Amino acid sequence: MKLKEIKEILEAEVLTGSYDANIEIDIGCSSDLMSDILAFAKPGVILLTSLTNIQVINTANIADIKAICFVMGKTPSESMINMAEKNSICILKTKLTTFESCGLLYKNGIKSCDYTTFDEFKNYII
Amino acid sequence: MLNLVKTISKTQELTYELKINDVMDTNFQTVNSDMSVSSLREVLRKKRILGVPVVDNNELVGIVSIEDFIKCMEQGKLGDTVETMMTKDVKTLFADEPLIHAVMKFDEFGFSRFPVITRTDNKLVGIVTKIDIIKGILKKLETAYQDEEERKYRASHIFNDIIADNISIELKYFIEGKNFDKAGEASTGLKKTLNRLGFPPEIVRRVSISTYEAEINIVSYTEKGEIIAYIDSNQIRMVIKDEGPGISDVSKAMEPGFSTAPGWVRELGFGAGMGLPNIKKFTDKMILTSVVGKGTTLETVINLENYNKENKNEEEK
Repeated sequence: MKLKEIKEILEAEVLTGSYDANIEIDIGCSSDLMSDILAFAKPGVILLTSLTNIQVINTANIADIKAICFVMGKTPSESMINMAEKNSICILKTKLTTFESCGLLYKNGIKSCDYTTFDEFKNYII
Repeated sequence: MLNLVKTISKTQELTYELKINDVMDTNFQTVNSDMSVSSLREVLRKKRILGVPVVDNNELVGIVSIEDFIKCMEQGKLGDTVETMMTKDVKTLFADEPLIHAVMKFDEFGFSRFPVITRTDNKLVGIVTKIDIIKGILKKLETAYQDEEERKYRASHIFNDIIADNISIELKYFIEGKNFDKAGEASTGLKKTLNRLGFPPEIVRRVSISTYEAEINIVSYTEKGEIIAYIDSNQIRMVIKDEGPGISDVSKAMEPGFSTAPGWVRELGFGAGMGLPNIKKFTDKMILTSVVGKGTTLETVINLENYNKENKNEEEK
């Protein structure tokens, strides 16, 4: 799915100046816990979160996330937007809740990240 | 001889490289042939467009422009339908044609826009105007420019330029504790450097995710620390040291979900006890040693052997 379609589905607003409407995004992930995102986000996904601090942008940068959508009308700071622009990450903002946003994207064919490798953690013995 | 060689500008080259598909507007307006001329005026005005294709039952039947509308107005035929004023012999372009065909057709016919159809079923899929062509070329030039900028910063050639049996590089980053605004700077810096050195994305990703989690730990729990990356042809070894309070029960700290993080760390989206398990997940080897009151040292290794092997195989092919 193209980013512009996601933007329409989420009735979202683009906050970054550089916005490539035609980036293909097929997988999504959502969490306010950045360690979870680092653990299972695939490169090129869209991240939905209600957390608005600079570490969200760092996480996206480190995990090769191409687009972030802040939910529930939360607005990131100017410095976050600048940092995202520098790293070619697109930032969107929607009034919808996390639940609604994920539901709509899932219904329209965006797949979830596979987190089954997470189970390995249970067996860790040092 | 030399002056016989025709130079082709980058822009001209792009008009051959790009397809009409790449530049056309797919979010376009259409009208029906039975629409009244006055409604058409509203469509043109509201959408701020100078022409629009006429479509009946999903089939392209004509095209109208602002000139047609002006003619209609002069003749006092504003009550007519679109059908009477539209151009029925529509000149179209195929979506998979190179952009140069569009440029040539604009020159040939002097029109302002062409409907774009698919070659297989003549379905209308877009509109192309001169502005779309300019925008498309500019965008392509911009990406090419960005690629060039990135290439300029590539440092992978140092591996070829330096003559030695083995090359190792040491990168050191100092981490300031409790400063969450700066947290992540070392890891993102390291990531950029590894990219410039030409490491494959998967390796860069594993190194930077594990380093980022470690960096967050230093910032969350200690006053200062450092991250050192030792890179050689076989592996990337990371040593992450701090002079923090130390970890009293290392195996407990490794349990997913176990955390002693204060509230402010949790508010920033970390501190859920997944940091160390994540580091373990993304590295090939991890050794955590800690002395309470003295500090903690984390050593991780990511092997490059498999990657090197694959590379060699490809070269041999």
